[in-house]
Amino acid sequence: MIATAPAPTAVEPREHYLNAGYGVKSWLLTTDHKRIALLYLASITLFFVLGGAFAVLVRLELVTPEGDLMRSETYNKMFAMHGLIMVFFFLIPSIPAVLGNFLLPIMIGARDLAFPRLNLASWYVYTLGGLFTLGAATTGGVDTGWTFYTPYSSTYSNGAVIATAIGVFIVGFSSILTGLNFIVTIHKMRAPGLTWFRLPLFVWAHYATSLVIMLGTPVLTAAILLVGIERMFGIGIFDPALGGDPVLFQHLFWFYSHPAVYIMILPSMGVISELIACFSRKRIFGYNLIAFSSLAIAALGFLVWGHHMFVSGQSVYAGIVFSFLSFFVAIPSAIKVFNWIATLYKGSVSYDTPMLYAMGFIGLFTIGGLTGLFLSTLAIDVHVHDTYFVVAHFHYIMVGGAMMGYLGGIHFWWPKISGRLYPEGWGRFSALVIFVGFNLTFFPQFILGYLGMPRRYHVYPEEFQVLNVMSSAGATILGVGYLIPLIYLVWSMRYGPRAEANPWGAKGLEWETASPPPKENFEQTPVVTEEAYNYARESESDVSKLNRAISSV
Amino acid sequence: MSASSTALSHQFEDAEQQREAVTLGLWTFLLTEVMLFGGLFAGYTAYRAAYPEAFILGSGQLDVMLVGVNTAILICSSLTMALAVRSAQLGKRQALIVFLVLTMLFGSAFLGIKAVEYSHKFREHLVPGPGFRFASPHAGQVQLFFSFYFALTATHGVHMIVGLGLLGVLVYQAKKGRFTPAYNSPVDLSGLYWHFVDIVWIFLYPLLYLLGRH
Repeated sequence: MIATAPAPTAVEPREHYLNAGYGVKSWLLTTDHKRIALLYLASITLFFVLGGAFAVLVRLELVTPEGDLMRSETYNKMFAMHGLIMVFFFLIPSIPAVLGNFLLPIMIGARDLAFPRLNLASWYVYTLGGLFTLGAATTGGVDTGWTFYTPYSSTYSNGAVIATAIGVFIVGFSSILTGLNFIVTIHKMRAPGLTWFRLPLFVWAHYATSLVIMLGTPVLTAAILLVGIERMFGIGIFDPALGGDPVLFQHLFWFYSHPAVYIMILPSMGVISELIACFSRKRIFGYNLIAFSSLAIAALGFLVWGHHMFVSGQSVYAGIVFSFLSFFVAIPSAIKVFNWIATLYKGSVSYDTPMLYAMGFIGLFTIGGLTGLFLSTLAIDVHVHDTYFVVAHFHYIMVGGAMMGYLGGIHFWWPKISGRLYPEGWGRFSALVIFVGFNLTFFPQFILGYLGMPRRYHVYPEEFQVLNVMSSAGATILGVGYLIPLIYLVWSMRYGPRAEANPWGAKGLEWETASPPPKENFEQTPVVTEEAYNYARESESDVSKLNRAISSV
Repeated sequence: MSASSTALSHQFEDAEQQREAVTLGLWTFLLTEVMLFGGLFAGYTAYRAAYPEAFILGSGQLDVMLVGVNTAILICSSLTMALAVRSAQLGKRQALIVFLVLTMLFGSAFLGIKAVEYSHKFREHLVPGPGFRFASPHAGQVQLFFSFYFALTATHGVHMIVGLGLLGVLVYQAKKGRFTPAYNSPVDLSGLYWHFVDIVWIFLYPLLYLLGRH
């Protein structure tokens, strides 16, 4: 067992991080990682709703083959803002800045992150970047897509490209600050006895994510800097008229933005490892392999960016190498999936809300990952490049994968974060609604793409209408599915039954402390004496209990 | 970094853990700096490989002597910075302040000469953009060279200015007697940052100024 102070059950109001201060100042000037996590939670939820609103408009336009709701320029802005907001202001900060921020120090038995003030600064930087982008959205928006490809973003730009680019530039620094904090914290702040191979896999996943953030984000910064110089001073670094090369921008952009996909999915994989182990009541299968596969994904993720550029005019030989390396990334991802399934095998599986999301993740991520193999095959990619097949593929990874993991994690740790239980029945119901809505939205898009419907057009041939209406109908269901948790989670903060320290009977230091945790996380620094996911002992005792029961009969 | 007072921040167990954490934090930060400059260097490399003649032509417009002197000044600032770190470790407060101020002077001199160099480029119409004039069939590609010249040296210059700000804070704190042989990681880490910025220049100088001059 883990030697630490037993969590007191709340008899009278116990002091914890939520009631340690009530004023606006106690939130806006806090350096407590748990409160900063909640600040992030509120901000990214806001951006999620906003990004979702743009998606609603896109799906609404696509109900009919004609462009009857908006002109093509407006439509371009809608999908560009949807992508920008969802990628940079929701998905990238989602799990690290909310769950990672809240849990990482508690999981390793520390009082806080290594640099609490830097942590608060990262939220302010995020907010500043968000304001720039909101300003851009309201004063013209951008029609470049989230990728800022030149010359859309330079010579032919006709929107608030600079303001938006500055927003993305700024928000990059906030993820750098978070990543730096995590790396140092994991290296230097672990509790006595917590060796690297006793760390929860959630922590390993965040370590790998932070490495990607540290190595990738600055290159995006450099790329935006060059585009910014080009726009502001009227010079042509990527302008073919001077001998400049737009493809260079794509190289710099994807050098960050492909690894950014792993910034979004790796933390989610970390969440899934926790959920699968807890709800199978079993030690995770292949701990070391899962831990190292996170690092392998982080490393390989930097060698595959060229698969976004198979038709950009890059050398065919480079394309072949990138194609080959992209197949490689599938290996560590598959290792994770197989280990999760092996963990389920002969586990005593229960289907609480977080587990439903975890199951959803495994299925949807597998589909997203396998269609990724189609796309990294050079010849097939040339056929389906820039079609809805690509759109469906990355939504299976980012929404079916990253978003499912995020929601599963939020539900799993909600009792710890809020000190309250959410209504389980509503939780399971909305998880199913989201699963159904998601598949109805995005599965038809695979077919649309394969039949040849290009992305980023607001009109399409009539024979595609049935599939598009299905997709829009699914999006409606998906939207309702997202609204339900938003309502009952907020409701539960006030009216939910109080949670005990460990409502799931889960392993891990975060369950050893009270819900919600005290300001300093633990009454005294815990000492760790066992491996992570030591569920084995309990099930053994269950077996012996069962044996005793049988023998008594 | 967070450690601006001698007091142990509440999240750390002891001073040793705090010192190790802030040191690792700065090294990790420098890693991101390597990647930032790396992105710019990658762009430079791509175009230099594509247009070697134009890059030599552009490099020929730069003042090697002036900037050679400037490079020497910057290396001197690294020396005084190293001496400042040593003085802090030995607890020599007066020497620490003197060396920090000297480092700031060298750093400011570098930026001053850089400003003179920039003003020459403006007068010679070598600043990329609508005002760019260069009589050569390669003019467009020479303009690309100057785009990277300004992007790289300006990014470096911004880092120098940040460094000067850090040194200013250190001088103020040193005057208040904040640093002791037991506690001097702010000096140590600012030194690390300063040396890093200098090393970037050691790469920039040959890449921008010495093309085709062998």
